Amino acid sequence: MSNLLVDTFHVAWGDLMFFKHNFLNILVMSIMSPLLYLIAFGYGLRTGETDIGVSYVAFVIPGIAALSSLSSSFSASATRMNVQRLYYKSFDEMMMCPLSLSSIVLGKCVLGLMRGLLSCFLLYALGLFLAPELVLSPLIIICIIVSCMTFSLLGVAVALLAKSHQTMATLNSLIILPMTFLCGTFFSVSSLNPVFQAILYCLPLTHASEIIRGAALPDYIDFPWISLAVLIAFAAAFFAIDVYLLKTKKI
Amino acid sequence: MMDDIIVIKGLVKRFGDKTAVNGLDLSIRKGELFGFLGPNGAGKTTTLRCVATLTGFDEGTILVGGHDVKKEPSAAKSCMGVIQQQVSLDKDLTIRENMISHAMYHDIRKKEREEKIAELSDFFSLGEYLDKPVDSLSGGWKKRAAIVCAMLHNPEVLFLDEPTSGLDINARRLLWDIIRKLHAEGTTIILTTHYIEEAESLCDRVGIIDKGKIIALDEPRVLCDKVGSIAVEFAEEGKTQYRYFKDRDEANAFASTKEGNVSIRKTNLEDVFVELTGKSVGAQT
Repeated sequence: MSNLLVDTFHVAWGDLMFFKHNFLNILVMSIMSPLLYLIAFGYGLRTGETDIGVSYVAFVIPGIAALSSLSSSFSASATRMNVQRLYYKSFDEMMMCPLSLSSIVLGKCVLGLMRGLLSCFLLYALGLFLAPELVLSPLIIICIIVSCMTFSLLGVAVALLAKSHQTMATLNSLIILPMTFLCGTFFSVSSLNPVFQAILYCLPLTHASEIIRGAALPDYIDFPWISLAVLIAFAAAFFAIDVYLLKTKKI
Repeated sequence: MMDDIIVIKGLVKRFGDKTAVNGLDLSIRKGELFGFLGPNGAGKTTTLRCVATLTGFDEGTILVGGHDVKKEPSAAKSCMGVIQQQVSLDKDLTIRENMISHAMYHDIRKKEREEKIAELSDFFSLGEYLDKPVDSLSGGWKKRAAIVCAMLHNPEVLFLDEPTSGLDINARRLLWDIIRKLHAEGTTIILTTHYIEEAESLCDRVGIIDKGKIIALDEPRVLCDKVGSIAVEFAEEGKTQYRYFKDRDEANAFASTKEGNVSIRKTNLEDVFVELTGKSVGAQT
């Protein structure tokens, strides 16, 4: 176990240096899109109270936090790894070193995890001022970490599968964009008809939205433990896919 | 053999219905500087990628330092350092950060890695570039930095895939000196190259690969002697023709029967290569 953690850190070290060198850029990028979503959807389109008895701003902030965990974690791990694999070829260098596949997968997730956490916590810190109904608790921290980790692992899988930068853009449009707007980030999934609900519950962002919203508004929503379990299962599946892709060298 | 650091037996690698490496057998001795020659697409880089564990293979076994690359990949990886054809440094990091990163992949502790980076940077005269971004260096310096990265863990065997391709003649010669220096220090070096003079001038032994198989394997001079140590080059029917002879007298006698531009010279590996494969070195297989 300690070897796994040490190797994970060794794999992540270069990406952490990248994070350090580009911190200001990353900081601006991390807060820009959640802020725009908050202004456009939270204040621009709707006001007033929701069905669960909280303001729409309080309802939408956890949704945007879930969305930020997806977009920041996914794009950070997928883009950098894709560039390292296809253009710099530095990923090959790492593959020729005596590292376990698990530590490679986990290490390559760290940048996405950091970026996602930064984005989510900046937004959530702002949300705590804007919406007094929101709470800060260990559970919401755990939910955000699980969410960022899941989408970071998904980013690694996509980076391993993409044969070019164009494929990355296509996968982004097919996987990320639909999830962004449909998975209960800006509205409650329960307001849709059962067929759409069933489809949306097959997507990880729906469960991320549910758990982050449940943990953020404990006085208004029962925490959806099943969604937490489902999201962890998604994370485990993405991890297994990543390891499989590396092991079978189907990359 | 005990002295063989790399033993490849019956290596087969297919990409769909195309067989890139077709039952390749090869043993490389400890401390040897071995050259791998072949037309483009002959299977050189694929073989190297199989040995370096970057690509899986369909049949055969590969032992590096006595370790089976399929059964004990970590032990095999610890024995080797690989410099890929394209410089594979992380361009978002400095040269020093790239080196630290590589040392960490091999679990080299801080004190030891700092000493090793200082020692190798000194050896390769890279000291002043250590804290510069990768892209601020020219191709030759990037190659040197890549070699340092590959050598930080003291590999027993170093793979150099087309190390001088894309470099100007000065950078190429400097790199040759470095390769000779490393070889003199006892490192086993395997290089693939398109440059015949590089293989001739550097390698103890050369293997010529075509269509995924080794078709000739020996010391450069021995390979040349097998074809004929003296080459006569002459023009006939609008094409340049070559004939090979075992000594200069025979070559002179033959040359005197030809009209026009006739040159007599020592046979080189390019001649061996063309004789055996029917192609020039840069041609597509």
